[in-house]
Amino acid sequence: MPKPPSAPAKAIGTSEPRDWRYYAVVVMSATPLFSLIVCAGMLSAADARLKLSTTTSTQDAGILDVLLPPFEKKCQCQVNVIAVGTGKALKLGESGDVDVVLVHARPMEDQFVAAGFGVNRRDVMYNDFVIIGPRDDPAHIGDAKTAADALKRIEAAKIPFISRGDESGTHQKEMELWRTAGLNPQGRWYRSVGQGMGETIIMATEVRGYTISDRGTYTKFKQGKTDLRILFEHQSGLLNPYGVIAVNPKKFPWVRYDLAMQFIDFLTGAQGQALIAGYRVGGEPVFFVPGRK
Amino acid sequence: MGFITESLWKAVLLIVSGSPDVLSAVWTSLFISANSILLASLLGIPVGMGIGVGEFPLKRVLLTVLNSLMAMPTVVIGLLVYSVISRRGVLGAWNLLFTPIGMILGLTLLALPIVTNYSLSAVKGADPRIVPTALTLGATRFQSLLQLTREVRFGILAAIIAGFGRVISEVGAAMMLGGNIRGYTRTMTTAIALETEKGEFAYGLALGIILMGVALAINALLTFVQEKRRS
Repeated sequence: MPKPPSAPAKAIGTSEPRDWRYYAVVVMSATPLFSLIVCAGMLSAADARLKLSTTTSTQDAGILDVLLPPFEKKCQCQVNVIAVGTGKALKLGESGDVDVVLVHARPMEDQFVAAGFGVNRRDVMYNDFVIIGPRDDPAHIGDAKTAADALKRIEAAKIPFISRGDESGTHQKEMELWRTAGLNPQGRWYRSVGQGMGETIIMATEVRGYTISDRGTYTKFKQGKTDLRILFEHQSGLLNPYGVIAVNPKKFPWVRYDLAMQFIDFLTGAQGQALIAGYRVGGEPVFFVPGRK
Repeated sequence: MGFITESLWKAVLLIVSGSPDVLSAVWTSLFISANSILLASLLGIPVGMGIGVGEFPLKRVLLTVLNSLMAMPTVVIGLLVYSVISRRGVLGAWNLLFTPIGMILGLTLLALPIVTNYSLSAVKGADPRIVPTALTLGATRFQSLLQLTREVRFGILAAIIAGFGRVISEVGAAMMLGGNIRGYTRTMTTAIALETEKGEFAYGLALGIILMGVALAINALLTFVQEKRRS
């Protein structure tokens, strides 16, 4: 842009009066210092934080919102929830990036403990998986004998099936059922979307397809977010148990093992179990606690 | 249509009610974006101007690389930073993963190519006689560059605004590095992603409307400063 020719000479001299711009510069240079202090504060406050990696289903079903506030009050700490699929939640434990995991995929959990990444695995709660689909049930899975049989019918009818495809607990269960059915699902009708449970239900709703969901998330979504119905349920193979595991402090000395154990004791203790058993979504229980042991 | 009206209504309600979750997400977004853009500016503006003014071999190659870096997917930057600050990474002991600082680190890298490139373009578009003239008038090399900065300040401001736009709207890297922890690393964008995942589309859109409002306010402020300087 054109400038008056006198401008450069004037600027080089330092005799210019200090106007508001000078102060603006001072304030702007002070900002990093302020930020540094805030950041330092954040880091030092970090020692009362318990990092919990968990599945999207616990977050989406809303159970954490009733469990965490009383625990945080009790332990005088904050729980940082990182909600991802079960596969990734365990991976975060394997790299020592979290202190405790709450997941639902028993075979993977056992591997996690056997490999020395986790200790003190405890059962916390369970619900079950359901196969949901359009009300008119185009693949007629309603009267199927087993879950594997239901999947076979969907495959035969080539009705869209939305798979989580993200190594989550639900995806693991789905793969297990396909193996039981002796099928390797392929084709345009089988859509592996790599998204969370909620998004997967929404997608299945949009394309009028089938999917497998945990009961908790589905119950939550039934309240106005999906018109898909439960078409197959109540079979022993569809049980969905959740376990909590502390990350091994011998392997990762920096983890907050003390807080992790407090959390595990809380979840499996009287108060935590009562909260879980009493939790309702639209009047329906979505999680159940393990029987007396 | 009912969907949009519902979202607008929810946005108004959210603002009026002053929900702590929303306030904390707005604050986290602003805090992280402001720090990232600050760091990116401190690094990117001098480097960009330096490249713009200087003449050196392979300058063209460097320009091409810089331009390509602007197209770097945010998830890739997220992954790179993740692998560095995870406990298994080089900086693992600093415990930066899932903290605002880790996010600032990633978003700074994201904004850096943009700020650098815009600063570079600003300098290239400036009158090439500025520096020689200042030198003739007895300025030192540093003073002449300072003068150049004054001349291209609007271009620099544009660089900052563009970088800010990129970081405040970022989802992928923010999600990966911050972990979307409620009240700590949950930004407006990761909150929107979460509401989408939960199927709360109207709520997500309401948050989007608030985010746009915040961005509008900041840009209005910057434009105001720009106008004031011009007069």
